[in-house]
Amino acid sequence: MDKRVIFRGRTLAYLLILPQMLITIVFFYGPASDTVVESFLLTNPFGRFSKFVWFQNFERLFASPEFHASVVLTAVFSGCVIVISVGTGLLFAVAANHVLRGAAGYKTLLIIPYGVAPAIAGELMLFLFHPSYGALAFALGRMGIPWNPLLNSNQAIALVVLSASWKEISYNFVFFLAGLQSIPAAMLEQAAVDGAGRLRRFWYIVLPLLSPTMFFLSVVNLVYAFFDTFGVIDAVTQGGPGGSTNTMIYKVYSDGFIGLNLGASYAQSVVLMIIVIGLTVMQFRYVERRVQYELT
Amino acid sequence: MRFRNAIFTIVLLLATGFWQFAAQAAPIEIQFWHAMTGKNNEYTLKLVDGFNASQDKFKIVPVGHSNYLENLTLGVAAVRAGKQPHILQVYEVGTQTMMFSGAIVPVEEMMKEQGYNIDWNGFLGPVVGYYQASDGKLMSMPFNSSSPLFYYNKDQLEKAGISGPPVTWQELAADAKKLQASGQKCALTIGWQFWTQIENYSALHNIPFATENNGYDGLSARLVANNPRLVQHIALLEQMAKDGSFSYEGRTQTGAVPAFTSGKCSMTFNSTGDYANTAAQAKFNWAAAPMPVEEGSPVYNSIIGGATLWVLSGHPKEDYAGVAAFFNYLAQTPSQVLWHEGTGYLPITLAAYEAAKKEGFYEKSPGLEIAIKQLTRTKPTKVSRGVRLGNLSQINIVFDEELENVWAGKKTAQQAMIDADRRSNVILSEFEQLNSKK
Repeated sequence: MDKRVIFRGRTLAYLLILPQMLITIVFFYGPASDTVVESFLLTNPFGRFSKFVWFQNFERLFASPEFHASVVLTAVFSGCVIVISVGTGLLFAVAANHVLRGAAGYKTLLIIPYGVAPAIAGELMLFLFHPSYGALAFALGRMGIPWNPLLNSNQAIALVVLSASWKEISYNFVFFLAGLQSIPAAMLEQAAVDGAGRLRRFWYIVLPLLSPTMFFLSVVNLVYAFFDTFGVIDAVTQGGPGGSTNTMIYKVYSDGFIGLNLGASYAQSVVLMIIVIGLTVMQFRYVERRVQYELT
Repeated sequence: MRFRNAIFTIVLLLATGFWQFAAQAAPIEIQFWHAMTGKNNEYTLKLVDGFNASQDKFKIVPVGHSNYLENLTLGVAAVRAGKQPHILQVYEVGTQTMMFSGAIVPVEEMMKEQGYNIDWNGFLGPVVGYYQASDGKLMSMPFNSSSPLFYYNKDQLEKAGISGPPVTWQELAADAKKLQASGQKCALTIGWQFWTQIENYSALHNIPFATENNGYDGLSARLVANNPRLVQHIALLEQMAKDGSFSYEGRTQTGAVPAFTSGKCSMTFNSTGDYANTAAQAKFNWAAAPMPVEEGSPVYNSIIGGATLWVLSGHPKEDYAGVAAFFNYLAQTPSQVLWHEGTGYLPITLAAYEAAKKEGFYEKSPGLEIAIKQLTRTKPTKVSRGVRLGNLSQINIVFDEELENVWAGKKTAQQAMIDADRRSNVILSEFEQLNSKK
């Protein structure tokens, strides 16, 4: 039986959600509606004048083959980042959960990368993988793998995926570890007594119990991959070679901030926003059904 | 305890009182936002301190940011918030954006209004030419100007049996073969590819890069990079990329300078701004030379890079007297010589060039004199004076991307130029649509 707390009257409830609503309005709905309005304008970067151009910003966008390529790339990039960072985070958490001696130090070390700013993460990767001075690039060359992300698109994409995933792994690790530690030991012991092996226990007990965490992380990582990765890309490839790492968010940054071409940038933001909202809605409608919030 | 509080209050009152008094008598503060770092910042501060010490009516307050882009982005935000600095340093690709910003005071006009009769003819032609409106009025104050140079490794060329730097592109291609035959895999690398191989190549051969005299005469300008001469040049580099004699090391100088100074590549194109770094890092005999040109083609001036100082509008009138006095100070020969010799940026006046020559500066840094001569060897034509296009920073990226597609073997030189034109022209039509009166 659920115990429900019942408020008399709704005033208190509204008062309690008010601060959160205010923050959402000021930091999300405000800028987001501004973006929608601006996507119909061509605007002087200094805000001195603008022209209303109906859907022309969008028409130009959809007519551009480079934009189509960018959408496809963004799907590939985000998919890879989510799979790698969630998968590796889970793997590390499961492994760290088994460590008995020096566990605290071990866990701390795994968490540290989350404190690294995205641009610095990119810069670090560049130090390792730059074809001219990267240590790992040198090692790859010695192994007979011609490494040149400055011209090889696939290698460049692999490099930005790796750079973007690296620090997210720590974030995911923390959540998975917390999830693992909240699984009652008694349940696992009981299963072990019943003769379930490690893999079975993981598959039938641990994984279902982690599914809310995994669902939460997949949503957060999706938003991260779509919105927060321009710093990494700017540090590592600047969208190159030949635009092959120009994800949608990097193009928004590059057209808006470097190019000061605000109309085009706003239009791309709107498209990006619609895609991410759509994907999130889909996640909640279709994926969340399979999430088990309580043991049955 | 109470006594101590009383004393504290009195001291505080006195201090704030004095501070207010001091503020009233203080000179007018002029905010100067720039993006100079390291040695360049050091010399910027020397110029500012020199000006501040030379008079007591105005005080230039320099605020340094880490790069041009950050400086411009913050400048834009400041204008939008109504808290703009008086002086904003902007890179050359932002020229058209600034001219149409609706937020600036044209420099030539301001200097005249403030009673300074500057002899602009005493400035280096291409330096002022890049920043003039089509009617010849100077829009911003030249500050740090650079020019492209050709750098070569004397030891490696000698080993390959080459006696001097290539003067033409045909010679360069032949030298590359000789270098490869001598065991030098990478003959050539290129820094700042859009600036050195597209903009400057076009200017040096007087090839129009855009209609409307490269955009100086109107917003309806569109790119014509898909022209036989430029395509043939990119095709030569494409061929060299294919046979490995040209190694691509990235869009700016960060890869090309070390590739040259480590001896990996024998020849490179870079800016005069990279001269000091090259000198510090190269442990072999090297020299700078003028940019190679096509055989039999008449040769024109190169064009500049770097940044200028834009005066932002919306300040009290007396402030601009300070801005003008500062600019006047910057244009003086001693200031220019100090700047030129300290940073390696080009002097903006001919008088400063002569003065540096008299001091024997070019015996130490011959490459910089070569750059000045290359820049001033002909009077700039309507094509060779520069490129005046809206959102040029975006067009720069388009070309970087398309050139990378050529070096990677994904597109032919011609296809890349066709695509670069198409993509850039969308950007230009947006700029025209926003800024034309209609």
